[in-house]
Amino acid sequence: MATEEAVLPDIVRSRTFSVGARRRAGWAPAAVLFYVLTLALAVIFVFPFFWTVSSSLKQPFELFSFPPTMFPITPQWVNYATVLQKVPFLTWVLNSLIVVALNTGGVIVTSSLVAYSFARFEYRGRDVLFLITLGTMMLPSQVTLIPQFVLFNALGWINTLLPLWVPAWFGGGAFFIFLLRQFFLSLPNDLDEAAVIDGASFLQVYWSILMPLCKPALATVAIISFIGSWNDFLGPLIYLNSPDKFTVALGLNFFQNVPESAGMPMQHLLMAASVMAILPCLVLFFSFQRYFVEGIVLSGIKG
Amino acid sequence: MARASAEVATKPGSISLVARLAGAKTPLQARKALWGYLLLLPWLLGLIIFIVGPIIASFYFSFTDYEGMGVPAWIGLANYQKAFFGDDLFWPSLGRTFEYSLVVVPVGLLGSLVLAVLLNRGMKGTNIFRTVFFLPSLTPAVALALLWTWLFHPTVGPINLGLSWVGVQGPGWLTDQHWALSALIIISLWASMGGNAMLIFIAGLQGVPESLMDAAEIDGAGRWDKFRNITLPMISPTLLFNLILGVIGALKVFTIAFVATQGGPSYATWFFALHIYQQAFSYFRMGYGSALAWIFVIMLLIFTYIQLSFSRRWVYYAGGSD
Repeated sequence: MATEEAVLPDIVRSRTFSVGARRRAGWAPAAVLFYVLTLALAVIFVFPFFWTVSSSLKQPFELFSFPPTMFPITPQWVNYATVLQKVPFLTWVLNSLIVVALNTGGVIVTSSLVAYSFARFEYRGRDVLFLITLGTMMLPSQVTLIPQFVLFNALGWINTLLPLWVPAWFGGGAFFIFLLRQFFLSLPNDLDEAAVIDGASFLQVYWSILMPLCKPALATVAIISFIGSWNDFLGPLIYLNSPDKFTVALGLNFFQNVPESAGMPMQHLLMAASVMAILPCLVLFFSFQRYFVEGIVLSGIKG
Repeated sequence: MARASAEVATKPGSISLVARLAGAKTPLQARKALWGYLLLLPWLLGLIIFIVGPIIASFYFSFTDYEGMGVPAWIGLANYQKAFFGDDLFWPSLGRTFEYSLVVVPVGLLGSLVLAVLLNRGMKGTNIFRTVFFLPSLTPAVALALLWTWLFHPTVGPINLGLSWVGVQGPGWLTDQHWALSALIIISLWASMGGNAMLIFIAGLQGVPESLMDAAEIDGAGRWDKFRNITLPMISPTLLFNLILGVIGALKVFTIAFVATQGGPSYATWFFALHIYQQAFSYFRMGYGSALAWIFVIMLLIFTYIQLSFSRRWVYYAGGSD
């Protein structure tokens, strides 16, 4: 554990997480003003979520009563169960979990191997390839979308989950490769060179020395990949067309367009479904907040 | 197979032609080079299958009439001609996308910077505030669109209720063709201000050297002077980074519009990415869709190039040329 801390890049280790230790404490008028401003902004950011949760617990007639009530009269937890009856939400969760797990697995295994290659090996064309890799981050997905669709269509993969996770096993994408390469470069080279001289193979070095040391960075990659893949909409929209194959994000949009039965409003159910769609990422974020923030910061630091 | 060749290469004096091509001079270097390529293989394949190949294919499709099956029929520049001169939705959707970006990018950047500055003051509860500002970035865009549709509800939505308290009759927002774009802009700003850009700004702010601030203070510089003359130049690389990513992100706007308004009412929120999607995946005009995508990419490249060339005038790199 102590070694993990020691090898974290400087910027991550100290600065970000001990903000403003130097600032004078105290309650000057300006400080109060700033505090109130921050608090007001926080309310603006939280209110939509509050309203969502509150609406998700209301009875149908309360939704359209005027003026709207802040809190439900009696919280209707049954709304959440109703969602599960109306649409195959649990199937969507399962599909999302399959995609997320296979996607994140692919990203972790292959992006770390590629990053290892970029960081520790010398060969002709390496730097050019790395630049090309960085360049692909700027490329909007729109331009590759149509041929990828044609490709997956030719393979007969439409309306399967395959197009959503198989590409992750081919290097995992430029962002993660970049992130892990930076991390590998911050680790001292002596360790793995010594191991190679002692007869370890490169795969042993990768697996027994480098991977254990970069657990924090791998956690970052895993979380960002999880959230990106859970929240993805365009991919599922293009590749999936029967509701039993949908992921949560696509299912949520499908649910919006389910016709109301006998003029009954559905907003409370839509809000309940939204809460359930948001929850996994929130839980993940709160559990591993540190890694997440570090990763984003690390990626932008070279600017 | 590759393992075998790596072992052959370790025998002294047996550096193969392949190894030489890889830039190796000694057996160990040759072995390392071959392993380097081997480990790179997944990405090399991925690059070819999922990026470079599709880019070339899409370029080819853009000169064809193609429905996603069978053989594309070559029609030369007809798709581009159609886009520029024969598509009623092309220019309006492009203009609308720019209009949207012209507000979302600068206001969003400013907002992210303000939030970052507030969070960098070391006040109590900074971690909680940071999490709160970041919440929208964790939320699926579909859910954001749904919950804001509900917040913007013309009669029972809390936004119009709040407006009525101050005596303003709120508009129909997402259901009103004159207000839908503004509503989407508000949603996007709320959703992105506290996101990655803010975190990157915070990191940038913390990289501003203490000594400069102290020196300026001794010279009698005020809060604003210090911000204007020290902080801003020092974080200008961060600003450029966020600007470029912000422009790309804004021009790609898709999901919130697709879910909240389906591009309506009366095409008021029909963005360029929606246009590409509809042509390619609703009408299966893959050739025309590819042409639209290429126009889009070239536009983005021009924008990024302009930003990078202008950046030499306003971005300050403390470490010299890097």
